[in-house]
Amino acid sequence: MIAANQADIGLSGLALSGVLVGVALAISMARRLGLTRDLIAAALRALVQLLIVGAALALVIDDNDPLIWTWLWLAAMVAFASWTVGRRAPEVPGVRLLALGAFTAAGAVSLGVLFGLGIFDPTGRAIIPLAGMTVGNSMTGTVLASRRIVAEARDNRHLIEARLAVGLPGREAFAPHLRESLRTALVPQIESTKAVGIIALPGAMTGLILAGVDPVDAVRVQVAVMYLVLGSVATSTSVVALGLTRGIFTSDHRLKDLGSEVSGDSHRD
Amino acid sequence: MRQSLAVTFNGFELEGVSVRSGGRTRLDDVSLQIPAEGITVLAGASGAGKSTLLRLLNRLDIPTEGTIRWRGTSLDQIDVLEHRRDVGMVFQQPTVVPGTVADNLRLADPDLSDAEAIMLLEAAALAAGFLDRDASALSGGERQRVCFARTLATRPTVVLADEPTASLDPDATTVVEDVVSELAHPDRSGRVAWIWVSHDRQQTERLADRVITLAEGRVIGVTR
Repeated sequence: MIAANQADIGLSGLALSGVLVGVALAISMARRLGLTRDLIAAALRALVQLLIVGAALALVIDDNDPLIWTWLWLAAMVAFASWTVGRRAPEVPGVRLLALGAFTAAGAVSLGVLFGLGIFDPTGRAIIPLAGMTVGNSMTGTVLASRRIVAEARDNRHLIEARLAVGLPGREAFAPHLRESLRTALVPQIESTKAVGIIALPGAMTGLILAGVDPVDAVRVQVAVMYLVLGSVATSTSVVALGLTRGIFTSDHRLKDLGSEVSGDSHRD
Repeated sequence: MRQSLAVTFNGFELEGVSVRSGGRTRLDDVSLQIPAEGITVLAGASGAGKSTLLRLLNRLDIPTEGTIRWRGTSLDQIDVLEHRRDVGMVFQQPTVVPGTVADNLRLADPDLSDAEAIMLLEAAALAAGFLDRDASALSGGERQRVCFARTLATRPTVVLADEPTASLDPDATTVVEDVVSELAHPDRSGRVAWIWVSHDRQQTERLADRVITLAEGRVIGVTR
């Protein structure tokens, strides 16, 4: 029997939810999709990873635990996210270090506002999930922005060099392309913020409602989280944009070789 | 200390310049003087190193070895942004930025008045009416002349032109060549010198005051 507190589904509830994995497996087998092994691996991996994270979180977010554990958790989260960005955007020069700076800046700005203005209490229980939201969403934005920036620079070498050739500094020569890259990175976040509540109920709110919190209170938290995400994505992509704009030009305003071009006039004989 | 009596050369001097990239030698120990007057054509087959040399002169690239001097001063001692305004560059593909012709000209000089812009258009054989037209909607020849006008907006001493007629039809090529000859004419006040890359022998004969021929990254001939 599932407990009255909807957040505590118990082991039986967890096991029963596995029926839905069974549905996915049945579809895969009936349609001969060849995904059976992947589905089982994904479901088990998610379970194990989250159980480990849950156990580890229980050790650091207790109100009696010193905050140092929370900060160490955050540092590990930021380091791992930076490493992941490097793996997802291998063509972007120096992206790991940039991501590290971007996540740190996004965290400082977003969490600074949320805790500095007293919106949430600075406890491990609040810091870790909110920082997780910040870093997780910033990671997606950072990968998107950095890959787009490099692609824009590579594909528009002819336009950028035409601007450099009339004496514009690299930063100005790249400015229109940077704008386009940042728009590409931010628009999905803005669109998903617009659609929230109509197309999908966001995770934090769903979790709180299931945990028995009044829906109106849950909405207030969710809105604060969405604003946190918007602010952190904007901050992290700006830091990456600033760093990459410096990174793709030499100090004497030459556009570095960023790999093969899609178009352009830099035919060199 | 003995005072140097050497006269500063008015133009580019290359000394032992080599460019290697991607496992290839694009220029190999080139030593050369290119005066900042008239029309100098860099001739040679595809792959000879002409465009590589031209990009070095605008500092869009730097040599792997050797020194390049502009009017007696090593290029790495000159402010690169000022140098690029003094030594303009026109590319093989007519590269206009999105916007009107006026937007393109003001990219090079944001303070350009309409009257000055029209003078630049006239120098490039384009009528005043082009000023407000969408630059990307123009023909290839017209766009290339907009690029010429944009380059002239920085009031350069020399313009580097990387096969600027390669993608144009014969009529447009003739117009562009006439524009260049007129701008380089010794009797013209505010004349502009040209360093022009071409692999077209007839065009070289029509335009050149001097010809520097390259092959496999080396200079194989200088004729006047």
